[in-house]
Amino acid sequence: MKKRGLILAGLTFFAVAAFVCAETDDEVEAHRQVLDLTGAFQNEGFKLRDGHWAGQIKPAERALIAVNLYAGNQYWFSAAAANSKAKKIAIELYDEAGKPLTTENYNEGERASAGFSPTTSGQYFVAVSLVEGELSTVCLVYSYK
Amino acid sequence: MRFGIATRAVAFLACGTIVFAAEPASLSQDQLAKAIKTDSLTIPTPGELFAALEKPGKPDWAGQYRTPIPTTYRNRGQIALNLGGLIADGFIAVEAQDSQQVKNIGTDIVKLAKALGVSENVLSRGNSINEFAENSEWDALHEELEATQNEVKTSMQSHRDQDLVILVSLGGWIRGTQAVSAAVIKNYDEQSAKVLRQPAVVSFLRTKINDIGMDLKSEPLVKSVDEQLAAVEKLVTFQSGKGPTLDEVKKLNAAVTKLMEEIQSKGDAK
Repeated sequence: MKKRGLILAGLTFFAVAAFVCAETDDEVEAHRQVLDLTGAFQNEGFKLRDGHWAGQIKPAERALIAVNLYAGNQYWFSAAAANSKAKKIAIELYDEAGKPLTTENYNEGERASAGFSPTTSGQYFVAVSLVEGELSTVCLVYSYK
Repeated sequence: MRFGIATRAVAFLACGTIVFAAEPASLSQDQLAKAIKTDSLTIPTPGELFAALEKPGKPDWAGQYRTPIPTTYRNRGQIALNLGGLIADGFIAVEAQDSQQVKNIGTDIVKLAKALGVSENVLSRGNSINEFAENSEWDALHEELEATQNEVKTSMQSHRDQDLVILVSLGGWIRGTQAVSAAVIKNYDEQSAKVLRQPAVVSFLRTKINDIGMDLKSEPLVKSVDEQLAAVEKLVTFQSGKGPTLDEVKKLNAAVTKLMEEIQSKGDAK
């Protein structure tokens, strides 16, 4: 019985490990970097959404991620690259029709944030661009209050 | 936009530059269609919805409690849907700052999670929920509930129950929308009602349900919920910038309440 339990525990461990390993080292590092960036927002009462997108972006290209926002909330979208191969990243926001929105932006090389308060609830699109630098792994999160 | 304090804090900490960006070109329909959509970012949490509703004034969250639901379902799809609903109940209790209610719901979440055979990590979250509730740590509870939901989903994925993940999100969305629409009805104003405009969320949920395996999709409860979502999608599709009327909110509330009753009903699922 005990042996069976150990085997089951072992199988569970490997199953979970296989899932966790689905994230690359660069993705884990980019996530760590972006969490470091969002600390300041949390100090201001913003709640960090416990979810993220991470992936590779080629130079001068962008990743476009769909989000659903609520009128009345304030949002900060933050992105960071895994390392300094990314010289400059940027975040832009678009409404559901694809029209660009004016955001309050913060940029510091491989880190960027964009703040926005929607007056209409619905779908929005967050574009994370690699403006300068080599192919990089980037992670996006958002905070709200 | 009122981001002054947060922006200054970021600038102070990181010595970066703050600029108001020039507007880039619009995106094409083709680009929008190819946008990445993920369960973890595209579907908002009940906590986000509740935060938006609180802006004009704190609603009577305790008035949105429901009677305890059974925790002895045998159908895995039904357990997943109810688990999502219970997590939304947890967010309601946190907004109401009701320690005992949070603890009761935390216990039920663990019971349902156990029935699905999820990992020990989820079960230990139940202890944390109790501890934070005991100490009235509401912000920590908020994070813990979201982390619990993600832990459940991670555990499902690692146990090859990927198809159940979307049902957890769906259950949470339906229960959250039921609570918010009921709160809006109680004290209607068009501004508050605007939070109920969520057509893309329902559209995404329906797409994901369409992708699940035939076995699960053909279960009577999942099939019925899926069919009713088509009508719900229309009920949350209002003109941009305009809130729904009181009558429209009532219709939405009736539709999601019917869904919740089916989801929590002990007799219906096979």
